[in-house]
Amino acid sequence: MSGLEAFLHMGGYGAYVWSSYGLAAVVLIVNVVLPRRAERATLRRLARREALGESHDTTS
Amino acid sequence: MNFAFLHKYAALMHCYRLSRALTPWLAGASVLLFAWGLVGGLLLAPADYQQGDSFRIMYVHVPAAWMSMFVYMAMAVAGGVALIWKLKIAEIVSRACAPLGASFTFLALVTGSIWGKPMWGTWWVWDARLTSELILLFLYLGVIALHGALDDRRAGARAGAVLALIGVVNIPIIHYSVEWWSTLHQGSTVTKFAKPSIHIDMLIPLLVMISAFQCYFAWTLLVRMRSEILAYDRNASWVRELSREHGA
Amino acid sequence: MKPFTIIAAVVRREMLRAVRNQAEALYPLLFFALCVLMFPFALGTDSALLSRVAAGVVWVAALLASALSLESLFRADYADGTLEVLVVGGASLPLLGLGKAVAHWLLSGLPVLLLSIPLGLSLELQPALLGTLLATLALGGVCMSLIGAAISALTVGLRGGGLLLAMLILPLYIPVLIFGASATANAALGLPVAGELYFLAGLVVLALTLTPWATAAALRIRMS
Repeated sequence: MSGLEAFLHMGGYGAYVWSSYGLAAVVLIVNVVLPRRAERATLRRLARREALGESHDTTS
Repeated sequence: MNFAFLHKYAALMHCYRLSRALTPWLAGASVLLFAWGLVGGLLLAPADYQQGDSFRIMYVHVPAAWMSMFVYMAMAVAGGVALIWKLKIAEIVSRACAPLGASFTFLALVTGSIWGKPMWGTWWVWDARLTSELILLFLYLGVIALHGALDDRRAGARAGAVLALIGVVNIPIIHYSVEWWSTLHQGSTVTKFAKPSIHIDMLIPLLVMISAFQCYFAWTLLVRMRSEILAYDRNASWVRELSREHGA
Repeated sequence: MKPFTIIAAVVRREMLRAVRNQAEALYPLLFFALCVLMFPFALGTDSALLSRVAAGVVWVAALLASALSLESLFRADYADGTLEVLVVGGASLPLLGLGKAVAHWLLSGLPVLLLSIPLGLSLELQPALLGTLLATLALGGVCMSLIGAAISALTVGLRGGGLLLAMLILPLYIPVLIFGASATANAALGLPVAGELYFLAGLVVLALTLTPWATAAALRIRMS
């Protein structure tokens, strides 16, 4: 087996190892991407509110 | 010692600015640490004598499990600070910790389950540690539910803080009970991840990965906090100016 | 006012409310009985099987009955504004919480405890184990009422209501369940159960000292 093949094969446990690491990657990436998107969306929403005129609701 | 200099960091605008300043560095540090840890864990560490290469799942499972508990503690401490000193920034930290902690717990559970299949032959065992993690996930989900159930963000954060603190007292009790329960219902045989003395070549990547996860946590926590800060201070002039700059 | 007087006043008020809404006061009992009755339907009537699961089933049913009956603990006071008056007016909130917990145990935990005798026996529970089962249910029930009062105060009047409360509280009940159910299982094997009972008693003491403050904090947050 070539080096890369052996690496992916992980001594027969490839499916287990790579699905774990894959899931970890997904979880970690999602947790960075989603908050950033949320922040941009919040800023956009606030900008729209600004453009429409002041509204001073005090409930959080 | 005069702690007055800390007071300005209670101001949300300063925290927002601090977050913006720090996150690029934390991002870079996380990526580097992950790279180092992955190379060490996936390539350099020798295969385990008993488990072969499947033990490499440890390098994501153990840090995730560690973080799941660390973040709960952080959430509870921030919650306690929020309740006692009524600091908005503490409420924000507490709120932001919850989904992150739940993600780590979920990751720990699934990777633990995946790791268990080659080790024990089944996808799930009622092992003390996995069961405790599962209960921890429910505790997190409860806090998240409470955060969302109240219309007032501040009250929601404080209610979640009370629940988190009740949970913090309960966690050692739950841990001990489940530990005790699992010895009742299965033999003391192979139900735990074996903890032999770990070879230094296997240990170093693990420590690096844990640091990577910690750094990552700091990074994403600060990012998450920014949306919360904007929501909390939405009527403040600095927020209005910021949103105007950002454009519609 | 002496603490005992305040607690007694709270308990009396809850009792009066129960007397006036007798049907509602019976709900925990009816639910408990129904819950237990589901199991022979689900598992069949094989004596050996039922006898093995009897204690566990009774325990889970008692737990669910406790969790679901907690919603009404503060609901009426919240709805008619009494709770707000009490909080704003400076009533002793920890004692209020304690009183509510005691009332909940008297109206829910204690009846369930008594009803567990015929229900347990109907599930082929060995009569010799009744003593242990009752002891664990008594201690566990008190613990559950105490923790329950805090979570009930936290979630009073929220969307999601009773199920949200149940979802929050069941993980916290798990240690009580583990020690309560396994005590009876151990008794069935002839093993000593003093350890489990002491642990449950310890949990009760811990709950007694900490939960009133949690309930007070919860009430203050919700009524602010």
